Amino acid sequence: MEPFKVTKGIVAPLDLPNVDTDQIIPKQFLKRIERTGFGQFLFFDWRFTKDGQPDKKFEMNAAPYQGASILITRANFGCGSSREHAPWALMDYGFRCIIAPSFADIFYNNCFKNGILPVRLSEAEVDTLFKEVRQAPGFKLTVDLEQEKIFSDNGLTFTIKIPSFQRTGLLNGLDDIAVTLAQEDKIRDFELKQLKVPTPLL
Amino acid sequence: MNTPKTLFQKIWDAHVVHEAPGKPSLIYIDRHLIHEVTSPQAFEGLRLAGRTVRRPELTFATMDHNVPTTDRALPIKDQTSLRQMEALSENCRTFGVTLFDLDSPHQGIIHVISPELGLTLPGLTVVCGDSHTSTHGAFGALAFGIGTSEVEHVLATQCLIQEKPKNFLIDIEGKRPQGVEAKDLILSIIGRIGTSGGAGSVLEFAGEAIRDLSMEERMTVCNMSIEAGARAGMIAPDEKTIEYIKNRMYAPVDFENAAEAWRKLPSDPGAVFDQSVQISAATLAPQVTWGTNPGQVISVDATVPSPTDFSDENDRKSAERALEYMGLKSGTPIESIEVDHVFIGSCTNSRIEDLRRVAHFVNGKKVSAKVHAMVVPGSQAVKKVAEEEGIDRILKEAGFDWRESGCSMCLAMNPDVLQPGDRCASTSNRNFEGRQGAGARTHLVSPVMAAAAALEGHFVDIRQSGQVL
Repeated sequence: MEPFKVTKGIVAPLDLPNVDTDQIIPKQFLKRIERTGFGQFLFFDWRFTKDGQPDKKFEMNAAPYQGASILITRANFGCGSSREHAPWALMDYGFRCIIAPSFADIFYNNCFKNGILPVRLSEAEVDTLFKEVRQAPGFKLTVDLEQEKIFSDNGLTFTIKIPSFQRTGLLNGLDDIAVTLAQEDKIRDFELKQLKVPTPLL
Repeated sequence: MNTPKTLFQKIWDAHVVHEAPGKPSLIYIDRHLIHEVTSPQAFEGLRLAGRTVRRPELTFATMDHNVPTTDRALPIKDQTSLRQMEALSENCRTFGVTLFDLDSPHQGIIHVISPELGLTLPGLTVVCGDSHTSTHGAFGALAFGIGTSEVEHVLATQCLIQEKPKNFLIDIEGKRPQGVEAKDLILSIIGRIGTSGGAGSVLEFAGEAIRDLSMEERMTVCNMSIEAGARAGMIAPDEKTIEYIKNRMYAPVDFENAAEAWRKLPSDPGAVFDQSVQISAATLAPQVTWGTNPGQVISVDATVPSPTDFSDENDRKSAERALEYMGLKSGTPIESIEVDHVFIGSCTNSRIEDLRRVAHFVNGKKVSAKVHAMVVPGSQAVKKVAEEEGIDRILKEAGFDWRESGCSMCLAMNPDVLQPGDRCASTSNRNFEGRQGAGARTHLVSPVMAAAAALEGHFVDIRQSGQVL
């Protein structure tokens, strides 16, 4: 996995609560058997009109937000389906960090496995960021995971708190499976003990 | 004396492989269910890393998400869907995983077949790359959905790294009124606590109204725990649970000993939950969603709400957008909303009991001429029983389209897709924008409410029909 240490980039706004993973990547695009190539379908039903043109009504389509790597959005982002195609699509499109007041549990977990940093800020802090972005579209933020800080060139600073296991994993681009396999002796002990319980598995 | 524990705590504690302060725990997984859409990249990951499946005998696979529901003898037209199904067959063969494929009499929606086969048992940890894995909590299992990276993790290690969730008690006291189904219970709960009300928590559903439910109904309730944002939903196992599992294909050989262990699982008296809510079943009514998330739900005898009814700004904005998408005006009586499609199926409501109630309700009547109504049994086993009981005949005579098993129009990944502007009464679990087809409008309801809408062409308060079971 690609490590995440610091990223500086344009902030794109998605001013909706409860954005579900069906919106992030609609079902007709889940049929690939690879992890790549999903970015073109990100927010498909919102980004494009019926004839396949970028929809002007979708705020993120505006010129200043092209090339954005940070997404700000509202509460409960990523709810619904467990599809990891959602973070794959966000990553492939270019997003490395998503800032919202809250995230759905499965989506939140899935982000860390793919080198995306999901950051929870308060409703008020997210409001501040929306204001900044709209006053100066193209507004940039720096997200520093090592120092657990987000800041802007015009002096805004936010302290962030990322769970330590996930933070270490992202900073070092760790492979969770390798981390777990290093505990092979403990897994084997558990399996041997489990064979003795009165509810046989099979 | 030992500290009283909840059902969830007992299962969690029994599955901790390793824990350390300030770190997530490593927990053991007893059952891993996989399907064609969220597993190919996990197997690919294993191959790239030169890893293998640690315990293939604990993983079970089927094809459900994008399978056609038309005649199984016909070739599959969608080449990309076919490629995913072929990839699953190939992966199961290579890694030694049991697969119930399209030709198997056990094929069906993964959350329908696992309980049918006796794979879902009390006290187990069950995971699947699908958010509706919460369904299996109906048996007193700890069951939750995971992403594809975690699917790969379970394949390789039979373990998962997890933060311990909180525990949330939902106590539904008293008896359900006639016409109020399991679906109405869970929709009411989501309406009450919201689509993120259960975030970070494992829900335990308890109380008389829950104990009264059949196993199929309990699955409906637990299935939609994820729609409240919960990590999982659970119901304590009891004699109904044990009776359901007895004699199923994968039921434990030493059944009596297993049953004795299951009887010790329910939450101890005095066990402490992080949060709890009490709901009186007697106050509940049949529910219909009016918006684009399952929490935007109201009683069938009410009217479409107005955005100004909501004090929270997020809720108000959501309601405005939802009404526009749904093409609804506030103040419209729910019963006057006309539908042109009815879908009875999905991992929420496609089990034999659901189909029996629908058949009982529509027997001798006709689907409205302006409605296309479709019934998709949850599994080949459900289909077979339904056909033996003549349920298919009753439904077909009434004008329902009777299909082969799969996820079908719940997520419309297969050819069963609605057109923009179509309005559907659906027994599925998500009314998100575009869920059943881009621009299509979904109203979530119970199976009998869906059947009534099919007959009348609009929503009906089934409590008034005098025919509710």
